[in-house]
This record gives sequence, structure tokens and C-alpha cells, in this order.
Amino acid sequence: MSEDTATIGKSYFTPFNIIAGLIVIMGLVLTVIRFTGGLAATTNLSDYNPWGLWIGFDLLVGVALAAGGYVTSAAVYLFGMKKYHSAVRPAILTAFLGYALVVLALHYDVGRPWRLPYPFIVQQGTTSLLFEVGACVALYLMVLFIEFTPVPLEWLGFKHARNLVVKLTLLLTVFGVVLSTLHQSSLGALFLIAPSKLHPLWYSPYLPVYFFVSSIIAGLSMVIFESTLSFRFFKHKMDESHSAEKDTIALGFGKAASFVLAGYFIIKVIGISAGNQWHFLTTNYGLWYLVELLGFVALPCFFYAVGVRDKNVTLIKWTAFWTVIGVVINRFNVSMIAFNWHLPSSERYFPHWMEIGISVFIVTVGLIAFKFIVTRMPILYEHPEYKDAH
Amino acid sequence: MESAIHTLHEFMFRTETITYLIIVAALFAITGFWLFLTGRDEE
Repeated sequence: MSEDTATIGKSYFTPFNIIAGLIVIMGLVLTVIRFTGGLAATTNLSDYNPWGLWIGFDLLVGVALAAGGYVTSAAVYLFGMKKYHSAVRPAILTAFLGYALVVLALHYDVGRPWRLPYPFIVQQGTTSLLFEVGACVALYLMVLFIEFTPVPLEWLGFKHARNLVVKLTLLLTVFGVVLSTLHQSSLGALFLIAPSKLHPLWYSPYLPVYFFVSSIIAGLSMVIFESTLSFRFFKHKMDESHSAEKDTIALGFGKAASFVLAGYFIIKVIGISAGNQWHFLTTNYGLWYLVELLGFVALPCFFYAVGVRDKNVTLIKWTAFWTVIGVVINRFNVSMIAFNWHLPSSERYFPHWMEIGISVFIVTVGLIAFKFIVTRMPILYEHPEYKDAH
Repeated sequence: MESAIHTLHEFMFRTETITYLIIVAALFAITGFWLFLTGRDEE
């Protein structure tokens, strides 16, 4: 009641609302231009570069950073690590919003939204990796939606429906892990079709494995990063157990991320060795590859380990942020920077400002939705009627 | 000085040799890293 009274007196013209509002207006204008003028009016895409920022960032990065959902629910419900339970709902929410926005962003790239169900009801194309990615993303989005529904059901007071969905948790988690394993790796496998276009240091027969393993790293790091931001901006919404468990989550997920990063580093080196690509390391692209491998894989691996050993949560949080940037760089490298590397600079792709504008708009929509849900629904606290119900 | 590779056999022989050596080294390295990572768990 007192909170309602406080809300009434509060201005809606906060810095976040003003900036987000302006970005949304810009995004809506760009959306009209995109869907009336086509790709040529809003993008720098060409026959050489049919996939740009909307695939490289909105889809590849979006899916990788949404991996926290399956990673966290697998840790808690499949491996029984109940001490991380408070991370599940924020991770599922982030994953659900992430995948929903991936599908939204895909509309901008593909166009003709009414044809979205075509792969399922008109022409399957089951031999295509894109079909597998499309099917997995569609199914996983549904799984995430069902996994998320206990939150609004608790909020709305639908007790029976909520209890019914909670009984499906284990089944949904298994589905989530299976579907994620499939499509996270398939996104990497998409680039196997272009061995002559992708730089040999990034091209590897192990690309599907790289994408899958790095998605685990992205998921673990995003959970730490997102819990840090939640504590910073929504501390007043957190209950005692969520506040108390955040350091446990950082230490546990940091340790897991460190070990997976070590394994990722090793398989990346094995990939170079198996392809005998050592001589490329002394080129300009090789130096950039080393920046990615040493600066954004080996370095965070070491810093995570030091943070875990010293119980230095601040170091782990910064490392999580650094690792997230590393995953973004990796996806950019594979899809844009090291793609078509042999072309002259005049033919290379750089995103149009409207492409960047649409991407910023989509991220902003995600932030607004996240804020709306977290400030109203039991994400960062246990609903009073369901305390210790897990 | 790197010698030229002329046949698939030479390519496979060289790359597989180096890769297997790296794998053996990696197994030792990751074991050591695990000990480093978990070294203070009991404290």
C-alpha cells in the first residue's frame, strides 16, 4: 500500500525512462522504414555480406548470452546444486527475453513476418541447419515461456496453475538442455558451409563445439554480470536469501566459468594445430586472433581462478563483464570481422547506422521488459505464499 | 625452419603428431589448473 502511494507521487520522467522512450520512438520510426523500404533502405547488406549486424549481434550474441537459462537450470535441477536456486528465475527471465528478442530481431533481417511458420507448415527443409536452428529456437522459446510462467501465475494468484507448471520443471529443464545443445552448436555449424570465406584461424571443423562450449561460458558469465546489475539497480526488490546468495553464485559460477574457459582455450589451440594454421598467427588477423584467445579467453580464465581462490567477488564480477565482451567479440569475428576477410576493403561490410539503431532499440525493449517484470513479479524475491516451496 | 608439406600423409603425420603432443600436455596442464583452482576450497 505504502509502495503504491510512493509510486503515485513518483515522476515517470526518470533519466532511464526518457532515454529509453527516445530510443523506442527512434526504433519505431526505423521499423517503419525497414518494412516499407526494405533491406536496401536500412542496411549495408549485399550479396557478399548477406548476414550483418542483425545476425552477428542480435541473433548470435543474443542466443549465446541467453545461455544462462539452460546452464543455471541444469546446475540446479539436474545436478542438484540447490545453493544456486536464487539465480534460476533471473536467468530464466533473461533467457526468455533474450530468445523472444532474437525472434523479433530475425523479423527485421528476414522480413515478411507472416511467413515465420513456413518452415514448420509449408516447406520443412529438414536437411538445412537453419531448419534445425529455427525449430530449436521456436521450441526452446516455448520451453522458456512455460518455465517462466510460474512467475506471472504467482503474481496473479493462480495457485493451481502455478503448482501444475512447477511439476513440469525437471522435464522442461531436460528439454531446455537438449534443445540448447542442438541449436547453440548449430549456429556455429552454419559457418561450416563457408570455409573459403571465413578466415582459417576462425574456421574450424570444431566450430559447432566452440560455439556450444563458449555458450556455457557466456551463460555462466551473464548470470554473474546480470546478478551484479540486479543488485545494483533492484536491491530494494531482493529478499534476504537472494542478497545473501549472490556471492555464493559469483564464486560457484566463477569457478565453473574458469574451468570451462581453460577447456575452451585448449580446444581452440588444438583446432589451430589440427588445421596446421600456425603461420597465420604472425599476420594482422593472427594478432587479432591472439587478442581474442589470450585477452578474452586465457586472461579471464586466470582472473576467474584468482578471484575464486582469493574469494574476491569484485574481481569475479569484472571478469564476468570482460568475458561477456569476449563472447561478443568472438561472434563478431566469426560472422563479420573475419568473414569475407579476403575481399578488398571497399567490399567489406560495416553496419549502416540504422542497423545499429534497430539493434539498440531491440536491446532497449529487452531492458524495459526486464525492468517491468522485475519490479512487479517475484523474480528477485520469493513470493510470500511460496516460501521454501522448492 | 618449417619444411614443405607435399602429401596428405606428410600433412597428417605432422599435424597429428603436434596435436597429440599438445593433448598430452593439455591433460597435465588442466589437471594442474584444477588443483590451482580448487587449492583453497577447504579453507
